Amino acid sequence: MTKETKWMSQSFWKKIAIWTTSVMLLILMALTFDTVKQITEGSERVPSYSVINNKIFYEFDKDRDILAPSIGGPAPLFGQKLSESDAEELINLGKLTIQAKNCMNCHTILGNGAYYAPDLTKAWLDKGWGSESVRETLMLNFLIDPEKNARSFGTNRKMPNLNITESEAKGVVAYLKWMSSIDTNGFPAHFESIKQVKEEK
Amino acid sequence: MNNNSNFKSLSLGQQLAVKYFSAAMLLFCAQMVFGLVAGLQFIQPDFLYQTLDFNVTRMVHINAMIVWLLFGFLGSVYWLVEDEAGTELVGYKLGNIGFWVLLTAVVIVVVVYLVVQIGPGTQSSLWFINEGREYIEAPRWADIGIVAVMLIFFYNIAATFSKGKWSGISGVLVLDLLALAGIYVAGMFYTTNISMDQFWWWWVVHMWVEATWEVLVACIMAWGLIKTIGASRQIVTTWLYVEVALMFGSGILGLGHHYFWIGTPEYWLGVGGFFSALEPIPLVAMLVHAVYDAGTKNLKVTNHPAFAWFIAHVFGNFLGAGVWGFFQTLPQVNLYTHGTQWSASHGHLAFYGAYVTINIAMFYMAVQKFRGNIDMGSNIQNKYRWKTSMVLLNVGALGMTIALLIAGYEQAFIERAVGGSTWSGYFAAQSDSTFISSMNWRMLFGVLMTIGTFFLAWDLLTIGKKNKEEILKTA
Repeated sequence: MTKETKWMSQSFWKKIAIWTTSVMLLILMALTFDTVKQITEGSERVPSYSVINNKIFYEFDKDRDILAPSIGGPAPLFGQKLSESDAEELINLGKLTIQAKNCMNCHTILGNGAYYAPDLTKAWLDKGWGSESVRETLMLNFLIDPEKNARSFGTNRKMPNLNITESEAKGVVAYLKWMSSIDTNGFPAHFESIKQVKEEK
Repeated sequence: MNNNSNFKSLSLGQQLAVKYFSAAMLLFCAQMVFGLVAGLQFIQPDFLYQTLDFNVTRMVHINAMIVWLLFGFLGSVYWLVEDEAGTELVGYKLGNIGFWVLLTAVVIVVVVYLVVQIGPGTQSSLWFINEGREYIEAPRWADIGIVAVMLIFFYNIAATFSKGKWSGISGVLVLDLLALAGIYVAGMFYTTNISMDQFWWWWVVHMWVEATWEVLVACIMAWGLIKTIGASRQIVTTWLYVEVALMFGSGILGLGHHYFWIGTPEYWLGVGGFFSALEPIPLVAMLVHAVYDAGTKNLKVTNHPAFAWFIAHVFGNFLGAGVWGFFQTLPQVNLYTHGTQWSASHGHLAFYGAYVTINIAMFYMAVQKFRGNIDMGSNIQNKYRWKTSMVLLNVGALGMTIALLIAGYEQAFIERAVGGSTWSGYFAAQSDSTFISSMNWRMLFGVLMTIGTFFLAWDLLTIGKKNKEEILKTA
């Protein structure tokens, strides 16, 4: 092999392949450490579970030029203020329920899943619930008996009855409320929130 | 087995491969049937409502796909390992046990999916019914089984190469298999935190389909080009290294395009957008390489269907994974398209173009030898069958992709841009007349694809069976 064609040789590209892969893996590892820290619950981007004791807003942030979540005054879920560990327990029940009922094979969560039913990322803040005073009750009734309380917006696509118990339904609602507080870099686009009264923190 | 089959005359690795391929083909048919049901439920939501709901039919549809592609890959590697290593497979019995364990596990998992479907919100539901995480829904007990079988497989392949000889292709292949098996473990844990859950879930899903699977099929393709058209090993191996450099160079950090909206920091918008935009480059390289090699050999091949499917693979991979992925990989676009039918459009053509095609090519490589090393060139009997199936599958996949893309455009516009991404916006998009007609077209193309799949199965069962074809002198 002459000098001119060295860059076309097998051994040259073997080295390039090994080096490129190694460098990329190292960068990924460094970013992973940082990201895991930033998405651990209790961080700025992913609030602690007890955030469900407060109001959650999703509004336009002028500095960042995107929609961003913010936390408002007290608004305990189901009228009951929970400690951090009780909130985590309730939300954990919600997560287990969401997985066991296979929600993501109809819905999307954070935009991932199936496209047969609406995205749930900011479902807690969806204006379809009407007003904040009836939201919790409507959500519970819907989850427990979705056939009778169908929310199909004029279509005939209905959620099936998934035998969700009342406590599981409460867990799911808590889960959705907590999830709506996650900073998703402005996703979903142009989201229009339910009207919520702003109070002092 | 038919009378003319030469199952016993195949080498041990090839016998294992035929088993894997047969199971893969059966699961491919199942994927099609459940895809049709799920597609029909979009048009007729009452169809099987409360009996086999969309979440079940869609789960079986995508799981059958993942599993049959894996079966196809395992079969492909078992098929080529002895040829590439120049020696006999070291652990046939172990490999055989692995096959039956995996197949039994798959059958049990599917039966539970269909009969039990869902459970209460407890850990035991995730351990024994389903994990409820897209693509890796298999319950935890099955995860452990999958890892065990993958370890057996890895041992078999690595040990066979060690006993025989190593090559550029086998070196890349073994390292890639190790990564492929290891990455699966990142999906085997539970966490309450959805951002953390999705972060690691993408490690499995992205690192499989946009990195390790791509390199795996590049290895199969490299071997396939040497076998079908007698391409030079030196050139093919050099290309393989180029592709690995480009694939991992773009694909590893390309993972970031899944980290735009799941709670992960803003720097992923830049990192993910930039590197994932580079991801089509290795696919272009593959396309150029395969078409160029084929041209220099004047397309003199003794296995027309396999070669046609290899070429379909490079085009499909470039179009489905490359072009369709690029459409929506920049965050400015992805904000509107992520989680709409755009994703479904890309998903269908990418999985089909990159992975279904090359598995079918390997089925044809195997069936040629299985029927007695016959000439499957232009004189093959009943060639209308493989040609019909290929046309139906390609037209079906492409038609479905375009129909879903149009639906995606409508959805992104009506639900996201105008409808404020609310539930009412979602349903407004789903009720739009263009969206509905796109879904009808998708169904039609899905039916074409299913007919193509059954044609394919029929052809594989019968091609060369009457032994009217010439027997090739060399393997």
